Amino acid sequence: MKLKFKEIRKALYIFATEKTIGFTLIAIFLGLVIGAIFLAIAGFNPFQAYGIILRGIFSKPSYISYTIIRATPLILTGLSIAFAFKTGLFNIGAEGQYIIGSVVATAAGYFLHLPLFIHIPVVIISAVVAAGIWGGLAGYFKAKFGVHEVISTIMLNWIALYFQNFLIYTEGFQKPGGETSYSIQPTANMTILKAWKGSVAGREWLLQHPFWKDLLRTPMNWGFLIAILMAVLVWFILNKTALGYRLRAVGFNKFAAEYGGINVNKNLIISMFIAGGLAGLAGALQVVGVSHKVTLIAAMEGYGFDGIAVALIANSSAMGCILAGLLFGALKYGGAKIQPFMRAPSEVISIVIGSIVFFISIPKLIKLILTKKIKKGGTK
Amino acid sequence: MMETIFSNFALIIGTTLMYSTPLIYTSLGGVLAENSGVINIGLEGMMIIGAFAGATLGYFVGNPWIAFIGAGVAGGIYGLLHAVACVSFGANQVVSGIAINFLGIGVALFLSRMFFEGATMTKSIPLDFKMPRPLNGVFPDGSFLNIILDNQYATVYVALIFVLLIWFFLYKTKYGLRLRSVGEHPTAADTLGINVIRIRYFAVIMSGVMAGFGGAAMSLAIVSNFRPTLISGHGFIALAAMIFGKWKPQGALLACLLFGGSQGLAVFLGQFNFEISSQLISMLPYVITIVVLIGFVGKSAAPAADGIPYEKEHKY
Repeated sequence: MKLKFKEIRKALYIFATEKTIGFTLIAIFLGLVIGAIFLAIAGFNPFQAYGIILRGIFSKPSYISYTIIRATPLILTGLSIAFAFKTGLFNIGAEGQYIIGSVVATAAGYFLHLPLFIHIPVVIISAVVAAGIWGGLAGYFKAKFGVHEVISTIMLNWIALYFQNFLIYTEGFQKPGGETSYSIQPTANMTILKAWKGSVAGREWLLQHPFWKDLLRTPMNWGFLIAILMAVLVWFILNKTALGYRLRAVGFNKFAAEYGGINVNKNLIISMFIAGGLAGLAGALQVVGVSHKVTLIAAMEGYGFDGIAVALIANSSAMGCILAGLLFGALKYGGAKIQPFMRAPSEVISIVIGSIVFFISIPKLIKLILTKKIKKGGTK
Repeated sequence: MMETIFSNFALIIGTTLMYSTPLIYTSLGGVLAENSGVINIGLEGMMIIGAFAGATLGYFVGNPWIAFIGAGVAGGIYGLLHAVACVSFGANQVVSGIAINFLGIGVALFLSRMFFEGATMTKSIPLDFKMPRPLNGVFPDGSFLNIILDNQYATVYVALIFVLLIWFFLYKTKYGLRLRSVGEHPTAADTLGINVIRIRYFAVIMSGVMAGFGGAAMSLAIVSNFRPTLISGHGFIALAAMIFGKWKPQGALLACLLFGGSQGLAVFLGQFNFEISSQLISMLPYVITIVVLIGFVGKSAAPAADGIPYEKEHKY
């Protein structure tokens, strides 16, 4: 019996140290444990709470759909930050790039009148380019003037926020009587079956098909598929192209890259442009798929900052960002439900996420715990 | 005419001091941690914990100074978490800092819901229990100094004293020299018998204390409660100010004043009925910071060992 226990620990140790994914899973587990401890100390049953969260994510088709919709922007901002990490940059600016993406998408979606199937790509591409330039600006400041990208992106975040608010108060863009913009044209709308859902025939059909009725209640859209496509694209660019090689070389060792004939400054700007474009895509998809407009914002909404956690949990791997984004989206969506159901603070989700990231920052601790136990077991 | 110019000028200085204060404390915290070689991106989270602790203690205890010190202690205890991860376990310091930020807002709001009947906003501190304004009514009404200092809370002066103290500590005492040497070259410091681990623990905990003060300077003085968006990015701005100020306390002070000053200017301009939108004016501090960085500051260098966990190579 004792021997078996020892072997399990040994297996666990190999699992946690040999493969990063095993280590990440242990960190996620420990994060959930910390969340449970907080709930228990506050007098709530953590099993009940996690049960509600799980049911809140999976028990209905619409819940799953909402989870995916929540996860989509996080996957993309996570990719944005992971991409910058791989090239040696810390993109705190995903937040602002997201804002620029969403506001440009709204403007292009509202002001332009284009046929269906052309409008959506135009909206998305203009948003991605605008946000890419916004991100590239930070790269340019760093390349040309040596301004630390952490500072410039923090400042650009706030400039983007006030820029959006400025546009919302601009005549012609502001919907009269509200602190929001006009909604985008129907041709720019990417929500699946949006018009049909409201039509008489559609409503009648849905009444007879409860599964689809529940599923289509949500603003389901193609955003998630685009996000997955982007993850594949990022992986491909980084690992299979010369550009990716150069970018990673700059991230790995700037001086060696320069010695090897790589134009470091140019690659800094390209990297920040791509990172900005990815975060901008998150904002654009949110507009064409979910919100269809932008509203006045008083403080940062957190898509960019949550993206940092996603990138870290994913260990900056493009495919990992999909999973980490889904995890984060699910916890946020499902976690909100413990508030109305058992009056337990839904902020416990931030504690869980923070703890996961915390454990990820200290691989040594987990290794230490496991090795100590193995050694002790060995002497017995 | 001359008089209005003077009083307007005084008004801008006054708002500058007010807005800079929480940033000054927090970026001083950053200066301490990073000079010892530990990156602290978690300033925002530590500030949030301080702001929450300050507002909560202020409400329940009713003494602003106890609340202020309590906020520092809370920030320090919270900073200990970052210290354990970064110093003892060789954590990736950026990752740990991000975790500290998520945990900070989570823990503060969680506790707020516990202490204040499910609300994420703490109850307001009665006016009498807020930070005192020591120079209120000292100078004649309408005079230059009166406009600047009349409404300044005690936290403003304490912040300026801290700048002096930390400058003196870092550059005029042997402990400060040790702290900086640990940040520049821990191995060399270690061979000279300096306890790298202990100094880094001290620096990171102190940086939590300072960030806690910074948060409390917000929740006990500028406003009188804690709410989810009270600290929204201030910690990051303080971090930027520290980098901007080239990792020096006096530099951080100037950077914070520049930032607070452009915010003061934005507030000042906002009171006129300009054609320019108030949203555009609100951009001003951020635009000015970037412009100054591009035009005048140039490259800055962090302490050489900043961000690198220290491990002894062999233990004999």
